Amino acid sequence: MTLAVFFGCTFIAFGPAFSLFLFTIARDPLRIIILIAGAFFWLVSLLLSSLIWFIAVKASDPRDEPLQKGLLIFGVMFSVLLQEAFRFLYYKLLRKAIEGLVALSEDGCSPISIQQMAYVAGVGFGLMSGAFSMINLLADALGPGTVGIHGDSQLYFLTSAFMTMVLIFLHTFWGILFFHGCENRHWWEIVAVVVMHLAVSGSTFCNPLYVGSLVPSYVLMAIAAVWAYMLSGGSVQNLRRFLLCAQSGASPQPAS
Amino acid sequence: MITFMNNSDSEDEPCNERTSLMSAESPPVPSYQDGLQASETREAQTHRKRQTGSSRNPNNVADEDASNSDVRVRESALENEEEELTLKYGAKHVIMLFVPVTLCMIVVVATIKSVRFYTEKNGQLIYTPFSEDTPSVGQRLLNSVLNTIIMISVIVVMTVFLVVLYKYRCYKFIHGWLILSSFMLLFLFTYIYLGEVLKTYNVAMDYPTVILIIWNFGAVGMICIHWKGPLQLQQAYLIMISALMALVFIKYLPEWSAWVILGAISIYDLIAVLCPKGPLRMLVETAQERNEPIFPALIYSSAMIWTVGMAKPDTAAKGQSQQTWNADGGENHSSTSHSDSQILDTRSPAPSHPITLEEMEEEERGVKLGLGDFIFYSVLVGKAAATPSGDWNTTLACFVAILIGLCLTLLLLAVFKKALPALPISITFGLIFYFSTDNLVRPFMDTLASHQLYI
Repeated sequence: MTLAVFFGCTFIAFGPAFSLFLFTIARDPLRIIILIAGAFFWLVSLLLSSLIWFIAVKASDPRDEPLQKGLLIFGVMFSVLLQEAFRFLYYKLLRKAIEGLVALSEDGCSPISIQQMAYVAGVGFGLMSGAFSMINLLADALGPGTVGIHGDSQLYFLTSAFMTMVLIFLHTFWGILFFHGCENRHWWEIVAVVVMHLAVSGSTFCNPLYVGSLVPSYVLMAIAAVWAYMLSGGSVQNLRRFLLCAQSGASPQPAS
Repeated sequence: MITFMNNSDSEDEPCNERTSLMSAESPPVPSYQDGLQASETREAQTHRKRQTGSSRNPNNVADEDASNSDVRVRESALENEEEELTLKYGAKHVIMLFVPVTLCMIVVVATIKSVRFYTEKNGQLIYTPFSEDTPSVGQRLLNSVLNTIIMISVIVVMTVFLVVLYKYRCYKFIHGWLILSSFMLLFLFTYIYLGEVLKTYNVAMDYPTVILIIWNFGAVGMICIHWKGPLQLQQAYLIMISALMALVFIKYLPEWSAWVILGAISIYDLIAVLCPKGPLRMLVETAQERNEPIFPALIYSSAMIWTVGMAKPDTAAKGQSQQTWNADGGENHSSTSHSDSQILDTRSPAPSHPITLEEMEEEERGVKLGLGDFIFYSVLVGKAAATPSGDWNTTLACFVAILIGLCLTLLLLAVFKKALPALPISITFGLIFYFSTDNLVRPFMDTLASHQLYI
C-alpha cells in the first residue's frame, strides 16, 4: 500500500489522459474551457442519476437484498443512458457555440472545429468519470491497510486503475463517434456508442471476475479507437506514413 | 505617507474584497481623456472590515482591518471594435483566472486535508456570537441565521464607512488601514500557518530560522504588494494571502453559519454591485465624478506585462497615489496588484500623464478579479474538503462548479460589458453541487465502488 501503490495506480489510471491533456489541450484556452464544461455536463448527469437512484432506494425496503441489487443495476443503466443524453445536449451546446465563434471571428471560420470539440468533450467526460471513480480509492491507497484481507480480490486497486484508464479512453472515442454521428446523421453510430457504453458498464458486473470485465472493455476500446480514427480521416496509408516518419505525412488525428 | 506607485494595495487579511470580475484593457488611444474614463475598468471597492481572529483568543478581535471591496468589472468601450477578438481574448483571460483560482483552492484543500489545526473548533469570532452547539435543529438554524445577519451587517457598515471616507477624501486613513492590514496578514497569519504546518509534520525549527523566514517572506510581500515587484511574485503573494484568509474563515466560522454566510454574501454582492443605490456603485460613481482613481484595493490582475511604454518616468514618479502604471517600469502591472484598484484609478492615471497614451498602446488586456472572490471560492471548496466524511468527490465537484460559474460570469461580462459581481453564479453552483454531491452522489458512488461497478 501507501506511496508505491498510490503513484502506480495514479499513473496507470490518469497517465495517458494527462498526457493527452498536456499535449493537445493545455495550450489552447478554448479547449480547456470545453474540457471543463464537458466535465461539468458529466457531473450534472451523475447528479440526476444519483437522485433517481437515491429516491428509489429510500422508497424501497433496505433489507431486501435482491431488490437492492436490482435497483443498483437499474441505477447503473439509467446513469449510462443519462450520460449519453447529456453528451447529446453538450453536442447541441457546442454546435451553438461554433456558430457564435464563427460570428465573432474575423475570417468567418471558427478557431476550433466540431471534430476537435468532440475529442475534447470526450476527454472531459472521461476525466471526470475517471476522477470520480478513482480519487477516493487513491486517497485510501495512501493510508495503511491490506487489500483483500477479508477475502476480496487482492488486485482491487490495480484493476480499478486499469478499468479507469480504459474508461477514459472509451469516453474519448465515444465522444468522437457520437459527435460524428450527430453531425452526419448516422444514427447507427449513436446507437453503437450507447450499446458499447451499456456493454462496458454491464461487464463490470462480472467483477471480481476481472477477465469478464477488463478483457471485453479493452477489446471494445480497440474497436472504438480504430473506428474513431477512421472517422477522423485516418487510414492505413496515413498510419504507415506516420510510423515510418515519411515526409509530408500529416497523420490525421482527432485533435490537431 | 506612502505613495503607492503601484496600485497595489496589499490586502490585509481582514480585508475582504469581494470583487467582481473586471477586465483591464488598454484604453483606446483617440482621446485619452475620455478614453481613460470610458475604457478603464472600474473597480469599486468597498472595504469591509473583517475581523481577524487570533488563534489564541478567538473572541478578541485582534485587529480590525477589513476591507471589502466590491470590484466591478467593466469593459471598455473599446470592446466594440474588438468584438471579434472578444471571445478569443475571453478564452485566454478565462484561463488566466482559472489558474490562480485553482492554485488558491489547491493550497487551501491541501492545508485542510493535512493540517488538523484548521478543522479543529477553537471558538468563534465575535462577529458570529451565537453558538451552534445546541441540541435542536431549529435552534441551530436560527443561530446560524442570526450569525449571518450580524456578519453581513458588519460588512455593510464597513462598506458604507469606506464610501463615506472616500467621499470625504480621507485617503491617508484608508491607505494606512490597508497597509496595517496587509502587514498583519503577511506576518502574523503566516507565522501561525508555518507553526501549524511544522507541528503537523513534526519538524523542529529554531526561532532564529523562523524569524529569518517570516521576515523575508513578509518584507518581500509588503514590497511586492504595495510597491513594485515582478508580476508573478505579486500574483503569488496575492494567492497566498487569499488562501490564508480563507483558512481563517474556515477555521472560525461555525459549520452552518459558514454556508448561510456564503449564500448571503453572494446576494449582497449582487445587490451592491448592480443596484443603483448599492455602496459599490456609489463609490464608483463618486470616483468617476471626481475623475480620479479610487484607492487601490486588493485586486488580482491577470493583465499581461506590457513592455514598452513608460515614456516619462519622472511624471510617473510624481506620485499621486495610484500612479500605478506610470511608476513601474512596466514590469509589474501596477494594476495587477491588488490595490484597491478602484478601477478608475488603475486605469486612469491623472490626465497629466501623457505616458498613458503609450502605455496604453502597449498594454495588453487583462482581467481583474478581486481577492474577496478568491477568498470565498476557497472557503467553499475548503469547507467541502473539510467535511467529516472525507469524500474527495465533493471537493472535486465544487471545484468544477466554481470554475464553470467563473466562466459563465466572464461570458456575461463579455456580453454586458459592465461591472459584474463574480460571486453569485459560482457560489450558487458551488452550494448546489456541495449539498447534492454530499447527500446524493456519495452514497451512490460508494455503493458502486464497493461492488467495483463502473458507470
